[in-house]
Amino acid sequence: MSLFHVLGFALKIGHLFWMLCCWFVSWFVDNGIEDKSGLLVGSVGDLEKTKMTTMKKKNKMCFWNRISISGLKIPSFSYQFLGSVKFNKAWWRKLVVAWVVLWVLVSIWTFWYFSSQAMEKRKETLTSMCDERARMLQDQFNVSMNHVQAMSILISTFHHGKIPSAIDQRTFSEYTDRTSFERPLTSGVAYAMRVLHSEREEFERQQGWSIRRMDSLEQNPVHKDEYDPEALEPSPVQEEYAPVIFAQDTVSHVVSLDMLSGKEDRENVLRARRSGKGVLTAPFPLLKTNRLGVILTFAVYKRDLPSNATPKERIEATNGYLGGVFDIESLVENLLQQLASKQTILVNVYDTTNHSQPISMYGSDVSADGLERVSLLNFGDPFRKHEMRCRFKQKPPWPVLSMVTSFGILVIALLVAHIIHATVSRITKVEEDCHKMEQLKKKAEAADVAKSQFLATVSHEIRTPMNGVLGMLHMLMDTELDVTQQDYVRTAQASGKALVSLINEVLDQAKIESGKLELEDVRFDLRGILDDVLSLFSGKSQQKGVELAVYISDRVPEMLIGDPGRFRQILTNLMGNSIKFTEKGHIFVTVHLVEELFESIDGETASSPESTLSGLPVADRKRSWENFKAFSSSGHRSFEQSPPDINLIVAVEDTGIGIPLEAQSRIFTPFMQVGPSISRTHGGTGIGLSISKCLVGLMKGEIGFSSTPKVGSTFTFTAVFSNGMQQTERKNDPQNNNQPIFSEFRGMKAVVVDHRPARAKVSWYHFQRLGIRVEVVPRVEQALHYMKIGTCTVNMILIEQEIWNREADVFIKKLQKEPLVLSPKLILLANSVESSIPDAYCTGRDPPIVIVKPLRASMLAATLQRGLGIGNREPPQQKGPPALILRNLLLGRKILIVDDNNVNLRVAAGALKKYGADVVCAESGIKAISLLKPPHEFDACFMDIQMPEMDGFEATKRIRDMEEEINKRIKNGEAVIVENGNKASWHLPVLAMTADVIQATHEECLKCGMDGYVSKPFEAEQLYREVSRFFDSSSDTES
Amino acid sequence: MDALITQLQRQFRDYTISLYQQGFLDDQFTELKKLQDDGSPDFVAEVLTLFFEDCVKLISNMARALDQTTGNVDYSKVGASVHQLKGSSSSVGAKRVKALCVSFKDYCDTQNFEGCVRCLQQVDIEYKTLKTKLQDLFNLEKQIIQAGGRVPQVDIN
Repeated sequence: MSLFHVLGFALKIGHLFWMLCCWFVSWFVDNGIEDKSGLLVGSVGDLEKTKMTTMKKKNKMCFWNRISISGLKIPSFSYQFLGSVKFNKAWWRKLVVAWVVLWVLVSIWTFWYFSSQAMEKRKETLTSMCDERARMLQDQFNVSMNHVQAMSILISTFHHGKIPSAIDQRTFSEYTDRTSFERPLTSGVAYAMRVLHSEREEFERQQGWSIRRMDSLEQNPVHKDEYDPEALEPSPVQEEYAPVIFAQDTVSHVVSLDMLSGKEDRENVLRARRSGKGVLTAPFPLLKTNRLGVILTFAVYKRDLPSNATPKERIEATNGYLGGVFDIESLVENLLQQLASKQTILVNVYDTTNHSQPISMYGSDVSADGLERVSLLNFGDPFRKHEMRCRFKQKPPWPVLSMVTSFGILVIALLVAHIIHATVSRITKVEEDCHKMEQLKKKAEAADVAKSQFLATVSHEIRTPMNGVLGMLHMLMDTELDVTQQDYVRTAQASGKALVSLINEVLDQAKIESGKLELEDVRFDLRGILDDVLSLFSGKSQQKGVELAVYISDRVPEMLIGDPGRFRQILTNLMGNSIKFTEKGHIFVTVHLVEELFESIDGETASSPESTLSGLPVADRKRSWENFKAFSSSGHRSFEQSPPDINLIVAVEDTGIGIPLEAQSRIFTPFMQVGPSISRTHGGTGIGLSISKCLVGLMKGEIGFSSTPKVGSTFTFTAVFSNGMQQTERKNDPQNNNQPIFSEFRGMKAVVVDHRPARAKVSWYHFQRLGIRVEVVPRVEQALHYMKIGTCTVNMILIEQEIWNREADVFIKKLQKEPLVLSPKLILLANSVESSIPDAYCTGRDPPIVIVKPLRASMLAATLQRGLGIGNREPPQQKGPPALILRNLLLGRKILIVDDNNVNLRVAAGALKKYGADVVCAESGIKAISLLKPPHEFDACFMDIQMPEMDGFEATKRIRDMEEEINKRIKNGEAVIVENGNKASWHLPVLAMTADVIQATHEECLKCGMDGYVSKPFEAEQLYREVSRFFDSSSDTES
Repeated sequence: MDALITQLQRQFRDYTISLYQQGFLDDQFTELKKLQDDGSPDFVAEVLTLFFEDCVKLISNMARALDQTTGNVDYSKVGASVHQLKGSSSSVGAKRVKALCVSFKDYCDTQNFEGCVRCLQQVDIEYKTLKTKLQDLFNLEKQIIQAGGRVPQVDIN
């Protein structure tokens, strides 16, 4: 499901990006268009164009809006889609491809659209510019033409109309020069008269020059400078002539030339007089200048002709011809120069009278770039056709805008496609990973099941022989043993039990890992636990010669409520480590209240090596707890707990090899050891400390350590327990209440000779536990002195072996010199069994008692009992063997046995009857239920688990259900209080009988409301253990 | 007379030990004998009688269930009977029968017809053998008592 969230998130980001891009592109496009149109508006100044652009802008806005809206829709659609349909990988791939293709098309279309828009605009610009130029040219031409026409009328009026003529060449040229501004397009004007051959002679005489021909000139065009009018041949005989008589100064060279002799001119002249209108020649190189020019010719008539006059009439009426020379090239140039943006376009003017062969009148022949505008020019001569062709000088600019836009779209589309693709492939990958992980998880779970099965099997296999060992030890205890032997047996048994519990703890590791571990809340004796742990390690410590000691502060209550097993486990782990890595020196366990520690912390100076237990330097223990949160958080002074809580701080100090600095950081990591060589030399799995850390955490405590390589380590942990002592109990009689067996030592007095305060304190602690008052002196002399002056008798002198070895002689001598009245018992505190007692002392006197450390209450008591010859030598068997106790427990009890197997039933019944129980048998679960309706007449029920019809679990459940109902009714006061109903609630002890005793079955039993289980066939020990649990307590409550 | 008793007692001891050594019986039988006291003088005999009755009943049940002629075999029924027999035999300490039952159960679980039939035959033989042997033992016991002797406690180890 989170997969889809990821996808949704990716799409959302993509969408955001998309919107941003849309916004950006639309902004860019609009602005670009505005800029462009602004330019156009600036140049042309047309209102309509601005309107057009704004409309286009609107269109574009719509377009982009539509895109962005569709962009909005896509993701929301995909959310729904993804939410509902399990998507298909191939399907997605196709979708991505389709997406890409679609957007490629869109971008191509955009490109095309924008570039065509630009093209259109260019074309428009060109058209308008071209038309404008054509119109201007035409207008100016017409102006010129009109003026030429006007001039023709002038000629007819003043030359032909007046006799003598009012115009001569000088007048004409002056006049035309002064009026040339009227004819901006003409470079010159000339007038030719019509002269018939008959009139030629007179004319020539009149003018003073002969008519010359022009065609030779045309054939051999001459250079301007070389032009010599005199060199021209006189015109041959013709029907009529048209010699130029007046000419503007610019064209004065044409005077006397016969216009009819020139090919173009002749045609022109003829056409002009026939039509009576202005007539143009085709462009031809002009005389003298040799530039392209056009000649406009008007006929001058003798009289005013009607507009519908026939050509013949016109010819006859012709008096002469007025010609205007248009130097097209320069004229057009002039014209164009007047216009703005002449640089941007190229203009060509053509005479297209002959369509197949247009004659270029202006402009160079540059290869066309495709975009060309042709505007028709009307110069008033219907025979001649002219046109103007305009092109842009520059090639069209690169369509940057459209390219950028389309490219942008493409990039965005590809990005989106990439996002989708990446997302899809990511999802696929994640799914694959998930699948893989699931498989691995299954495998791991299978392995876990196998592991727990293995653990269960192995621990069962180990427990079975261990039970044998323990049983044997138990039986051994039933035999006649002296005190030492008993202590040994007890130790062996305790160790064996510890081993079994350790095996259970291995099983618990799995529980810790899965977080299923819960702590018990039972009353326990802390000192007893420490004694047990000590005895567990005593063998090893004695073997190594390492001094092992425990000191528990007086202020720690005798009884605590907590989980003794777990506490013991932590201690065992820490001490196990210590003893593993310590070859000489000591291991010292101290238990204090946290508050106590604070009080002493200030007074305590840096501990010198001599003040430690064995005299060897140790790691600074303060450093081991300086990181504890409870201490540092608000300053240790303000560290407060609610009164019933007991905060213990336990330190295990050793003088071992210490932990290398580089390994200190990972010391609490499971299965982590200092180095691979460690496990080879010292064994172990490296799991202990991590378990301890977990357990300490469960006890609301903290664990820490300080370690100096080659000096030693100190592990410190805190734990919170509740006080198991009733206030009154403690006040009344603390000693008697907890240590009843040691009562025989009460009131005794001992002197401990030890120069090491730490060690003396331990000795003092242990003897004081037995009720012996202890005085500590550092030297032997002082001890003797003390005994002499002492008011009360001293029962024993405890001497550290170290001191004894040094000062035994002195001591013995002194004793011999001044024998005491009541000689106290001499007790040596030795570290190992091998320590020898000096022979000198042994002679004559009873040898000193040697107590081998570690000191433990029970061991001390036993040794002292033996050494002092006090106490009861008879085995303390007031309880008797288990069989006997069982008999006591079971005598007269009414017990129901349920088993479908006759033989089993009989055997079980026989076994229980042997212990005096009153046994009733039932063959099935159903029958059992019918017998077990509350109020119960039975004291207990033993139930087989595997039975046909209704198994033991089911039957027990039903019984519990019935009890529950009754209990509820009793509570509500509805139920009748039956005859033996002094009970507030019913709970029949139901024990399962089963052949397999693995943990799982046990748990199953408890789950179904059973109280315990016994293995088939019955074992006295186990039966006792289970039965005593509730029969003891029930008899207690009854009595 | 004393010599006879001693001889009978030795014979009884040897025979019992042979039964243990040959694996007919195990510690549970010892436990069973311990349960017999003045309160229930015939406890062992009683239990054994029950056991053998059980055997006859269960074996005939199984034989019926394993009958080839009926075709399909109800292994669960056979299994239940085997389980019962196993429980009974372990209670009385009939070691060989118990061991057979264990393998019988395995065959049953794997629905191995051949194995089941073979086991059934073996169990039949085995329990009958045990019955004979135990009868001999009881006879010896009776003789000892008749001769006025005490049935000795046999320490197997």
